[in-house]
Amino acid sequence: MQLTREEVLHIASLARIELTEDEMIKYQEELSNILEYVGMLQKVDTAGIEPISQITDLTNRTRPDELLRAPLAAPDSLLACSRLFDASSHEILVPPVFE
Amino acid sequence: MTTLAALTIHEAHDGLTSKKFSSRELTSACLAAIQEKNAQLNAYVHVQERGALAAAAKADAMIAAGREDIGPLRGVPAALKDVFSTAGAPTTACSNILKNFIPPYDATAVSRLKKAGMVLLGKTNTDEFTCGASTETSAFGTSKNPADPTRTPGGSSGGSAVAVGADMCIYALGTDTGGSIRQPASFCGVTGLKVTYGRVSRFGVISMASSLDTIGPMCKDVTDVAIVMNEIAGMDSFDSTTPDVAVPDYLEALKEIDVRGIKIGLPREYFIPGMDPQVEACVQAAVKELQKKGAIVREVSLPNTPYALAVYYIICPSEVSANMARYDGIRYGAGTNSSRDLFSYYTKTRGAGFGPEMKRRIMIGTYCLSAGYYDAYYKKAQQVRTLVKRDFDEAFKEVDVLIAPVAPTPAFKIGAHANDPVQMYLEDVFTVSINIAGVPALAVPCGASRGGLPIGMQIIGPQFGEDLLLKVGRAYELAHA
Repeated sequence: MQLTREEVLHIASLARIELTEDEMIKYQEELSNILEYVGMLQKVDTAGIEPISQITDLTNRTRPDELLRAPLAAPDSLLACSRLFDASSHEILVPPVFE
Repeated sequence: MTTLAALTIHEAHDGLTSKKFSSRELTSACLAAIQEKNAQLNAYVHVQERGALAAAAKADAMIAAGREDIGPLRGVPAALKDVFSTAGAPTTACSNILKNFIPPYDATAVSRLKKAGMVLLGKTNTDEFTCGASTETSAFGTSKNPADPTRTPGGSSGGSAVAVGADMCIYALGTDTGGSIRQPASFCGVTGLKVTYGRVSRFGVISMASSLDTIGPMCKDVTDVAIVMNEIAGMDSFDSTTPDVAVPDYLEALKEIDVRGIKIGLPREYFIPGMDPQVEACVQAAVKELQKKGAIVREVSLPNTPYALAVYYIICPSEVSANMARYDGIRYGAGTNSSRDLFSYYTKTRGAGFGPEMKRRIMIGTYCLSAGYYDAYYKKAQQVRTLVKRDFDEAFKEVDVLIAPVAPTPAFKIGAHANDPVQMYLEDVFTVSINIAGVPALAVPCGASRGGLPIGMQIIGPQFGEDLLLKVGRAYELAHA
């Protein structure tokens, strides 16, 4: 199972990670080896087997949309965690989406 | 005279309530141990001396006032793996991308322990975002095994394992997604519990793989694990993966220890060529001691075990890639100053902020979840997951618990797997099935190699069977004493 350079570039773009040229070459090999190993599951007969995603049989748990208790943290203390938060204008300033 | 830092929780509680020593003295002893050993062992990434002494003083005031309700954790110093949100104190997941992050609220487990009187000494080292089996991928350098500092303490909860094993705290919390409590517990000679998925709230704990993550205690003995579990287990309205299942009194379960008639299964797929014979010998010897006390031992089979690692290394990176998507440099954490548009802000921030193992996992996960590959990888892995879970369900129809080694070898040398990620993944071969099936497992020390490296065994039970695991673990401690 050998990933092409284009596939690695595509995955990195989907994952929003910028790779150097050296990293591109290194990960091409490492990711190919890992995918080779996990590819063994293709040998397992899973006809008619349901996939599990919730291991203790819970399904969507809902409750009324009511405030049960005081918030754990004031909204401004959460905003202050951002390095892009401008307290005076009370905005988070991000780089432009479009050029 | 041995240091107070070497005490267990129950010994500390007895000493505090009988006024043999104060919480301040106990806390100072732990801080002194950190001062003496942390430069070499690198167990702690942040130490909170002032906060710890303040909490100790509060505990001492309550004890001095002759209060009746001094619980077993009041005034007892602890360490937390650096993925537990601690309000006002750094919480970094040992990643550069969260290097300066200070959460504004406590995780549920943290607030429960604080309410019970925990003295928080500091935050411990982990593989970056808990992805690893050695603590070597931490952005703050690896931790060292106290039995041999040229070896890893295991991972990802290596820092917590070292802190407990080297008496730099009285107890700690860790997380276990693929073995990250049990394996370092085994490598460092401490007792650690991987709980049933959902038994303990994960609210405020930095996520790794959401269908596999658990949090749990790492302690010096089984009784201490029970004490901590009584405090942290149970449904939390902030974590909807915690079912409404009653929490037994885990200390009550330890009152009468009798393993006569308890059926112990040894899964044949966990005793294989290639594992260190000293590991097998220690585990078999431990099983014999339980047999002498009346337990019935038989061989069982978990036939899908050979596929478990592949299931894990598809499901885990897939869920990691989803959980790491939030680290975009916007709401919290590091970001770059050198981009002119949003897309490159993301790619440069994440390229610089994540270490190599994180990038590997994120990219494997991205591939497995992408259009055209989702069915062949993630969905297939979830189907095989059903088969792995069924193996355990079938086994627990024949036996009450399983006993198996935790790792194929004792602690390995730092750098041993530096050039081969797949070799590192193979370290998880005995631990991941338990996470895949969502069942609990207790790691208990059961011997050492000729070179003095600790070896542990894991006692595995059905979902929500932690009280039975603690009983069997305590029975072994008593038989072995």
